[in-house]
Amino acid sequence: MTDTSRLLRNLGARLGSGARGATARKQMPIVPSDNVAGRAMVLVIAIMTFLSCLTLGAVTLVRDTAATWQTQISREATIQIKPEDGLDMAEALATARDIASGFTGVSGANIVDAQATARLLEPWLGTGLDIESLPVPRLVIVTLDPASRPDFTAMRAALQEAVPSATLDDHRTWVDRLVAMARTTVTIGVTVLGLMLSATALTVIFATRGAMSGNGHIIEVLHFVGAEASFIASQFRRHFLLAGMKGAAAGGLGAIIVFIGFYWWSSRNMATPEADQATALFGNFAIGPSGYLGVGVVVVLIAALTAATSHFTVLSYLKKVDASHPDGI
Amino acid sequence: MIRFENVGHRYGMGPEILRDVSFSLPERSFQFLSGPSGAGKTTLLRLLFMSLKPTRGLITIFGKDRSKITRAELPLMRRNIGVVFQDFRLLDHLTTYENVALPLRVRGREEASYRADVIELLKWVGLGERMHVLPPILSGGEKQRAAIARALIEQPRILLADEPTGNVDPQLARRLLRLLIELNRLGTAVMIATHDLGLMDQVDARRMVLSAGRLEIYD
Repeated sequence: MTDTSRLLRNLGARLGSGARGATARKQMPIVPSDNVAGRAMVLVIAIMTFLSCLTLGAVTLVRDTAATWQTQISREATIQIKPEDGLDMAEALATARDIASGFTGVSGANIVDAQATARLLEPWLGTGLDIESLPVPRLVIVTLDPASRPDFTAMRAALQEAVPSATLDDHRTWVDRLVAMARTTVTIGVTVLGLMLSATALTVIFATRGAMSGNGHIIEVLHFVGAEASFIASQFRRHFLLAGMKGAAAGGLGAIIVFIGFYWWSSRNMATPEADQATALFGNFAIGPSGYLGVGVVVVLIAALTAATSHFTVLSYLKKVDASHPDGI
Repeated sequence: MIRFENVGHRYGMGPEILRDVSFSLPERSFQFLSGPSGAGKTTLLRLLFMSLKPTRGLITIFGKDRSKITRAELPLMRRNIGVVFQDFRLLDHLTTYENVALPLRVRGREEASYRADVIELLKWVGLGERMHVLPPILSGGEKQRAAIARALIEQPRILLADEPTGNVDPQLARRLLRLLIELNRLGTAVMIATHDLGLMDQVDARRMVLSAGRLEIYD
């Protein structure tokens, strides 16, 4: 039996009173959840999450597209043979093809024939072109085995020896540029994401401080009724975790709707010039499972960041209150 | 239980509000604290409640030197002290019931374990019909009773009440005083700060009178 029960039983007996009939009700949170500052914070967190998810989605899109380009380019190498006086082009092409085919890591080598070369030059030189009568460089496409890359230095030396006017382009320059571009894009995206998360954390800090100042009377009463700092912090943390989760979920949902909308638009407009242009740049606008997983991670991260930030802000606020009242609270 | 030895207190560089105050509050004691406005009654209550530290002198609370009680220990020490504030300090967004149950809630107790006790106490202080009402709707007297109920709910070792009957009619004042006397008989020491001579005349109890910062005790 509790002390209060004992007290009341005694009081009831001595003073002739007593009452029964408790009805369970949902208790209000100690920190009031619904106020303008709270709604504004949910909105800010939603916007921050939305922008963070869009950034993440864009980074995912560019990274995946760059990876596809890189894979496609690095599967091929090109031997270019420039025409020279006294050079038998057909023989030189055959020699180059044979040399390339002899290397480990090469799964095939094909000469781009005169007709295909003419088609390549058609945009510049027009139709009906007699390719044999012009000093046009000719190409051998070397298909590479993705599992084991050939020794390009040795291949280049062998080609140079057999066909002095041959040059080997292993597309390294393009691959390096693409890798650099993809890395730059990812770095920029991650930096933007970091700035977004920092801005979210700062917003939460300001909102928490504002809420703490606005609820100073609650903190004071909690102190008077014997609440420990950890209990007070947990009440505010729960309040801000809920606000963070609401905002983050709304922002993440908004971003997913935008991604699905873009995917739907690009599917609907397939084969149109606009869609072809966009597809050439960004692939098919699908961020894939890893992108959606990333959105989920951002949502959870922002909710957790909100809770952690508010927790530490509350503790620091309580310490500051203690410090500003050296005599007590 | 609580002992003051030559305690003095001043706010900042101002004059000394309390001077050489010495007394002891034994377990189960009952006393009134009176004196004119500005005599230092509220400061004395704040020292008792450990929301102030004395600028000089020694205070021993529950066997511990006040100057050695850390901030981390304060919440646990305060749980032995119930306080009724002159301005009630009820939380406006919580119902009367939730305000009264607050000390139990912050201790992490399940609501089911204290619901009946809280309701019974509320009914006894005459707030049975007002338990689900928010404080802004309550009258001054009802707020006072809710504040008293909140201070009593865990039967503290000592109850400090600052003008507990200041906002209630004489009949209810007598009823609340009987409640405090019953609480005292059950083992809680009580100190009531009041101007109400009529209230003091109803009980044969020790009177502590503050005047210009000095304390005189009439046993």
